[in-house]
Amino acid sequence: MTMSEGDLAVAEIKFVRGATIAPRPAPAAMTGAFGWLRANLLSTPFNIVLTVLIALLLAWVIPELLKFLFIDAVWTGSDRDACREVVQHREIGACWPFVWERWSYFVYGSYPIPQRWRVDVFFVMLAIGVVWMLWLESPRRDLGSVYFFVVLPISSFILLTGWSAAGLSPVDTSLWGGILVTIVVASVGIVCSLPIGILLALGRRSRMPAVRLFSVIFIEFVRGVPLVTVLFMASVMLPLFVPEQYSPDKLVRALVGIALFASAYMAEVVRAGLQAIPKGQFEGAMAVGLGYWQMMRLIILPQALKITIPNIVNTYIGLFKDTTLVFIVGIFDFLQTVEVSRIDPKWATPVTSTTGYAVAAIFYWIFCYAMSRYARATEARLAKADRR
Amino acid sequence: MPIDLPAGSPPARVAFYNDPKVRSIAYQVALCAVVGILVYGAARNAIDNLERAHIASGFGFWNHTAGFDISQTLIGFDSAASSYGRAFWVGLLNTLLVAGLGIVFASILGFIIGIARLSKNWLVAKTAAGYVETIRNIPLLLQLLFWYNAVLKALPAIRDSLVIPGGIYLNNRGLFIPAPVFKSGFGFVLIALAAGIAGAIAFYVWARKRQERTGLQAPVFSTALALMIGLPLAVLALAGFPLGFEFPAAGRFNINGGIEVLPEFAALLFGLSIYTAAFIAEVVRAGITAVSRGQTEAAYSLGLRARPTLRLIVVPQAMRVIIPPLTSQYLNLTKNSTLAVAIGYPDLVQVFTGTVLNQTGQAVEVVAITMAVYLTLSLATSLLMNIYNSRIALVER
Repeated sequence: MTMSEGDLAVAEIKFVRGATIAPRPAPAAMTGAFGWLRANLLSTPFNIVLTVLIALLLAWVIPELLKFLFIDAVWTGSDRDACREVVQHREIGACWPFVWERWSYFVYGSYPIPQRWRVDVFFVMLAIGVVWMLWLESPRRDLGSVYFFVVLPISSFILLTGWSAAGLSPVDTSLWGGILVTIVVASVGIVCSLPIGILLALGRRSRMPAVRLFSVIFIEFVRGVPLVTVLFMASVMLPLFVPEQYSPDKLVRALVGIALFASAYMAEVVRAGLQAIPKGQFEGAMAVGLGYWQMMRLIILPQALKITIPNIVNTYIGLFKDTTLVFIVGIFDFLQTVEVSRIDPKWATPVTSTTGYAVAAIFYWIFCYAMSRYARATEARLAKADRR
Repeated sequence: MPIDLPAGSPPARVAFYNDPKVRSIAYQVALCAVVGILVYGAARNAIDNLERAHIASGFGFWNHTAGFDISQTLIGFDSAASSYGRAFWVGLLNTLLVAGLGIVFASILGFIIGIARLSKNWLVAKTAAGYVETIRNIPLLLQLLFWYNAVLKALPAIRDSLVIPGGIYLNNRGLFIPAPVFKSGFGFVLIALAAGIAGAIAFYVWARKRQERTGLQAPVFSTALALMIGLPLAVLALAGFPLGFEFPAAGRFNINGGIEVLPEFAALLFGLSIYTAAFIAEVVRAGITAVSRGQTEAAYSLGLRARPTLRLIVVPQAMRVIIPPLTSQYLNLTKNSTLAVAIGYPDLVQVFTGTVLNQTGQAVEVVAITMAVYLTLSLATSLLMNIYNSRIALVER
C-alpha cells in the first residue's frame, strides 16, 4: 500500500526520535537522605541557622533529660541516703526508690490497706466501661452505655464508700486520695457534665424566655469566673446554703464545683454543635409530627453530638487537668499526694521534688495525650464519613 | 379521596393543656418557682448558719484594719493601718500585673511557636509541635509547682547568689535587678515619648488618607519607629542622660536596693506564659492555615511580592480568625493566674479570698466580690469582642 510506504518514508527521516528515552535519575543532591536534608533543613541561610540553633538546643535538653531520668538515676535504696550526692559521691538523677515506696500512697491515698482491693476492682470496672464505650467494634454497645452511665456509678459508689449490709466496711471520703481521687473527680465530671451541658445548651436555644435567661445566666456566670473561685465557693459557701445537718463532705463539694464548672463549658460546646445543624432538619422533624424531645433525641442531638465529639473530648482533657485544683477544698488528689510526699524528711534530697513532679507529669501527659489522640482519630473518622 | 372541609369552619379545638402557649407559660412558671424556692431556701439556711456561727454580714469589714503583711505591694500598704479594702486593691493590682506581663510574653512566645509549627524546616516544625503537645497535656498547677519548688526554690541561698553581669543577682529569695533612678529632666523624655506616639498616629492617619486619595504609599513603619523611639532617645541625649541605676548590693543575709522580683511572681509568670503560649500557638496556626492558598496565589498573580502578600493579604485575613480565640486565651490566662494561691503569690484570690476570708469569716461577701471582679473582666472582654466581631465579620451578600 502506498500510504504505509509513504509513512515509512517519513519515519526514516530521522529528525524526530522514534522512542522516548528512559528518564534520567534525579540529581543526587535532590533525592535520598541528602535531598531530604536539603529540602527540609537547609533550604536557605536563615533555615540553616535555625536548624543549627534548634539542633544545639535539642542536643542540650535531650541528653540532660535522659541523664536525669535513666543514666544518673538511682533505682534501689531504702531512704534519702541512696539519693544524696554527698553520700553516694556521684551525680544523682531521679530518685526512683522514693517513687517505689510512695507509689501505693500515690494510687490510694490513705485508703485503709486491707480495703484497697475495692479500689482495684473499681479501676478494673472503669477500664472495662471505657473500653466498651470507646472501642467501636465491641459487642452490644447499647448495653455498654447502660453499664457506663447507670451500673458503674452506682456499683462504684457502693464499692468505694462501703455498704455494711454487703459486708463492705464504710470508708470515709477524707481517707481517699491519690490517683483514686483524680479518677473519681474526673469521671464524675465527665459523666455529669455531658447531660447537664446538653440541657443547658437546649435551654439557651429555647423559645421560652425564662428558660433561656436562666441558662444564659448560669453559663456566662460560671464561664466568667476562675475554677479556683468556683471551688472556693463550693468549699466555703455550699455548707452555708444547706441546713447544718446535711453539710456535704469535702469530696462532694469538690465534685459539685467541678461538675457545675465543666457543665457550663460543655453547654457551649454542644450549642456550637446545635448551631451547625441546618434548619431543614428541625423543620423536617416537626413536619413528620415529632414532639420537641422526640425531635431532639432522634434527629438533632445524634447529628449535633457527632460533630462535636472532638470538642467534647477536648473539654474532657481540660477537665482532667483541672482536677488538680481540688486541693483548694482540701482533698488529696494525685498531685497533692506527690506534693506531700516530696517534703517527707525521710526522702529529703535535692532531687526528690523533681522526681515527684516528673512522675506526675508523665501520668497526666499519658492520659491527656491519649484523649487528644482519640479526639483526632474520631475527627478523621467522621471526616471520612462526610467525604463523597 | 379528598376530604371536603366546609368553608369558614371554626379552627380545630384542642384541650387548653395541649395549647403550646399555655404549656410554655406553665413550664416557665414552674421553673421560676423551683429556682425561687431553691434561692430562698439557700438564703434562709445561709442566714441561719451565719447567725449560729456569730459571723457579721454586710460590707462593713471593708474599712477594718487588715493587720497582715503582703509580700509584694505596688501601692503603699501598711499592715498596722491599712484596711481590708486596701488589701483588695493591692491584690487586684498584683493580679493585673502578672496577667498583663503574662499576656505579653505568652503572645510573643505563642506567635513564634505557632509560625514555627508551619515552618518548612522539618526540625523547627517538629520541635514546635513537641513543645505544644508536651506543655498542653500537663496541668498548669503541676508546671507552676515545678517552676517554683523544683527550679526557683532550688537556687542557691543569698550568700552564694548567682551573679549575672550587669548587677543582677539570682538566688532562692528571688531575682534582684538594678532599679532605674529618674533624675530631674526625665520628664522631657516622657513628654517626647508621648509626642512621638501622637505623631506616629497622626502620620498613620495622614498616610492612609493620602493612599486612599492618590494611591501613593508612605513608609509608615519606619517613620513611626523613628518618632516613637528615636525622638525620646534624642531628647534623652540632649538632656544629658537624666537616668541612673541603683544597683542591688549583696550583704551577708540580705540584698539591698534594686528591684526585687519575688520567686513566686517569677514562677507564676513563667508558668502562665509557657502554658498559654502553647494554646496561642495552636490558635495562630489554625488562623494562618484558615487563609486559603488561593489568596496567596491570587496576590502573587497580581504581582505582589512575598512580604506585601503576607502583610496585606494573609495576615489581615488570618487575624480575623485568630483574634476571638486569642482573646479567650488571654482571659484564660487571667483566670488561671488565680493558681497563685498554690505557690503563695499575693494575687487577688490569695490575699482577698484567702487571708481576708480567713480573718473575717465573711465567705459570702468575699467570694461574691472576687467573682464580681473576674466576671466584670470577662463580660467586658466579651462585649468588646462582640463589637470587634460585628465590625470585621465577612459580609456575604
